[in-house]
Amino acid sequence: MWRYVVRRLIQIVPVFLGTTLLIYTLVFALPGDPVKALAGDKPLPASVLHALHERYNLDDPFVVQYGKYLGNLLTGNFGETYTGQSVASLMADRWTVTAQLAGTAWIFEMIVGIGLGVYAGLRHGRLGDTAVLGLTTLLISVPTFVVGYTAQLLFGLKLEWFPTAGTQDGWPVSYLLPGIVLGSFGLAYVARLTRTSLAENLRADYVRTATAKGMSRVRVIVRHTLRNSLIPVITYLGVDLGNLMAGSIVIEGIFNLPGIGQQVFQSIQLKEGPVVVGITTFLVLIYLLANLIVDILYGFLDPRIRYD
Amino acid sequence: MTETAEATATATAGGDVGGRRASLWGDAWLELRRRPLFWVAAALLAFMVVLALFPSLFTDLGPNKGCVLSSSKGGSTAGHPFGFDTQGCDLFSQVVHGARPTILIGLAVTVGSLVISIVFGTLAGFYGGLLDSVIARITDIFFGLPFVLGATVILVAFPDHGVGAMCLVLVVLGWTTMTRIMRSQVISVKSMDYVRAARALGAGDLRIMFRHILPNAIAPVFVVSMLNVGQVIAYEATLDYLGVGLQYPTVSWGLQLNVAQDYFTDFPHLLVFPALFLSVTVLSFIMLGDVLRDALDPRMR
Amino acid sequence: MTETRTRTGDDLPGTDPEAPLLEVRDLHVEFRSRTGPPVHAVNGLSYAVDAGETVAILGESGSGKSVSAQAVLGLLPSPPARITGGEIRYRGVDMLGRKDRWLRRVRGRRVAMIFQDALTALNPVIPVADQIAEMFRVHERLGRAEARTRAVELMDRVRIPAAARRASDYPHQFSGGMRQRVMIAMALALRPDVLIADEPTTALDVTVQAQIMKLLAETQRELDTALVLITHDLGVVADVADRIVVMYAGSVMEQAPVLDLYARPAHPYTEGLLAAVPRVDAARSGRLTPITGAPPNLAKIPSGCPFHPRCPRARDRCTTERPEPRDVGAGRLSACHYAEEVLGDE
Repeated sequence: MWRYVVRRLIQIVPVFLGTTLLIYTLVFALPGDPVKALAGDKPLPASVLHALHERYNLDDPFVVQYGKYLGNLLTGNFGETYTGQSVASLMADRWTVTAQLAGTAWIFEMIVGIGLGVYAGLRHGRLGDTAVLGLTTLLISVPTFVVGYTAQLLFGLKLEWFPTAGTQDGWPVSYLLPGIVLGSFGLAYVARLTRTSLAENLRADYVRTATAKGMSRVRVIVRHTLRNSLIPVITYLGVDLGNLMAGSIVIEGIFNLPGIGQQVFQSIQLKEGPVVVGITTFLVLIYLLANLIVDILYGFLDPRIRYD
Repeated sequence: MTETAEATATATAGGDVGGRRASLWGDAWLELRRRPLFWVAAALLAFMVVLALFPSLFTDLGPNKGCVLSSSKGGSTAGHPFGFDTQGCDLFSQVVHGARPTILIGLAVTVGSLVISIVFGTLAGFYGGLLDSVIARITDIFFGLPFVLGATVILVAFPDHGVGAMCLVLVVLGWTTMTRIMRSQVISVKSMDYVRAARALGAGDLRIMFRHILPNAIAPVFVVSMLNVGQVIAYEATLDYLGVGLQYPTVSWGLQLNVAQDYFTDFPHLLVFPALFLSVTVLSFIMLGDVLRDALDPRMR
Repeated sequence: MTETRTRTGDDLPGTDPEAPLLEVRDLHVEFRSRTGPPVHAVNGLSYAVDAGETVAILGESGSGKSVSAQAVLGLLPSPPARITGGEIRYRGVDMLGRKDRWLRRVRGRRVAMIFQDALTALNPVIPVADQIAEMFRVHERLGRAEARTRAVELMDRVRIPAAARRASDYPHQFSGGMRQRVMIAMALALRPDVLIADEPTTALDVTVQAQIMKLLAETQRELDTALVLITHDLGVVADVADRIVVMYAGSVMEQAPVLDLYARPAHPYTEGLLAAVPRVDAARSGRLTPITGAPPNLAKIPSGCPFHPRCPRARDRCTTERPEPRDVGAGRLSACHYAEEVLGDE
């Protein structure tokens, strides 16, 4: 078992390197001098330009730049913005907002998603099932930002059930509407996955055996099928955490939440390379870790998968 | 369970189980034909495609033409059922023109991703070993990159965001899902007895891949690609909305939504119509994909 | 009557002490789908089995034997399956049309069932001992530890080696034969009156088959259970059964005590089956004679006698008039117009 964990950890390393290299390339190998861009129309004296380039390693060959960056990462130094602020501290300020947003969305999609999925799975082929299918199809089809605006308009402005923007009301109130919107896509997936899984398992031979043993319908569903059915769902939920973080870019924009999603978007526009790379690296790390945890969890849940 | 399953299967086939030869796609088509959802989705889709191919059937105006600034954001009046956008252009005409780039990108990207996924997935699944590991790692790397982030970074660097550039970006970032599925399908088909039989008869690698593995592995990939079109369209719209996608003077639904965001509280029609068309298009692709999946899945019968 | 039976039989209201433990009378089961004609899976099956007896239901795939077995415990999925006629009585109490709640008092406790493929019939993610223990925990409300102990005892009884050690293993970690023993243990846990074994050895190797059959025979003797054995294998049946019911296309072709059936079949189908089985005492160079043709589509069962298209003795009457099972002497039933002829030819 531990061999498996170690092996997976080792597998993560090249992926991590690869992805960060990819991002680094995309950001820094692209045309344009970010320092000049930052300065805008004002021409910078050559000495200042030189000093800044020196500071941010912009004159070094690309590989060296990347190497130095990695080195810094290992010491927890995510670099500095062009205005001298530590990227790490910038993230720290905004991190909690995104975490709360993603967390709310995650809990929402898990509870409501599984709930709907179980309901639909039990009523396979009947009206309730079709209704849930229809609803989830709708949620998947409408792009998140459209849902976001519509929700903001309807529930925020017109009905005034939720605050329309900002974090003044703290958790959970400020994060409810954005969280629900962010989680709506994942909710649809979770519900469908649960439904299909449950419907399939309910037709399995061992369900018939359990019934023949005189087990009540409730017990058959809960004890025998639910656990098996939830396995793919849990793995999806684990991975989705990473997706939610990434999806926050759009939602934070709509609801004006000062999280890292909003930050990274602004930084991309402003060509603040170090911030972009820093935040992306962070997100990638989270995503890879979530994947790893899910993989390990899977082994606990399904005894047929014993690490080979 | 064998007898009950057999009895059910016979009842559904309504007759000659021993008689005619059933093919997966033939059966799927028969199943599809019977389902109203298929026809609804197909009709909607056909409508959107016609909209994209022949906008002139629906509106006399060209994209961004006939705009009168003074009508900016006006509501619907005679001859202008959707009202006007912020530039004073007829919103109905704009929405009609918005179909083309959207659907074009959706289809082009999916076809591109499909081709890549077939090639990489088959090679990885078939040959296994080092090639597989490398491809799997590469897939993981791209998979780990948050999509919107990656796309935004690339697009911000290159100011020209034409349809071609968008397609490229979306393919580069989106090929991973289908490749994974293709690969796992190939792996499971590879161990089937008929492949072994073909090998024993002396078939070479390429022949096995094309004639035996590919046709049997491709069904789920096909289904996913259909669902994928919808997703690509949604992504493209999101990028447009973020301002890093297509730019003026291209007309697209995502762009229309981008513009709408500042005014929709007072002028909801700016949001409603593009959003409606966008959602319906994505919806019909997804419905089609769903129906197709159910029809191709022998267990769901 | 042993003490066991009176104990479990008594708390079910309406039981008739004179009635056989399990009786099936004129059972008809249909499968309907949204498209196409209904499939007649079982057309008039009748048999009875009492304590210590073994009735074997013999037939090819599609003969309706498994369907009839599942019908007893109400395990058929209700669309598309429908029981359209007949009675199923446990100790005289009718079981058809009962609600789940009522059936739960019978399932597992009084009538238990074991299935063909233990790998799919057992829950893959629950350890085997827990699956056996579940019987005690739910039906007898035993605590977890005690139920576990009883489960391991059972595993021992069915001769699973190192039972205590393997109690926490999962089904996929056992061999086919061992898995089947787990199923048997599960079924016998509450000492049921009736055991229905649906093709218990079909998925197993021949040597393991023999072991499992021996186990079943032993437990039957020990517990005095009534055993209903569903199978297609003539060889398996010969040792264990008291009576055989031969089914074809959902109908009963013949019913007889086992030795009589083998020695002198009263139906052409049985004749055909026996001729197709390789025998130790047959001529060395003799060929096996299979029954020509194939079993019918259950949605389009031939008119008259369902076997007539494949019957070497078929005559005009066979194509129009459907033969019902009738008494042909010595406690035997045959659904053939010319049963006497068949009996005579031996």
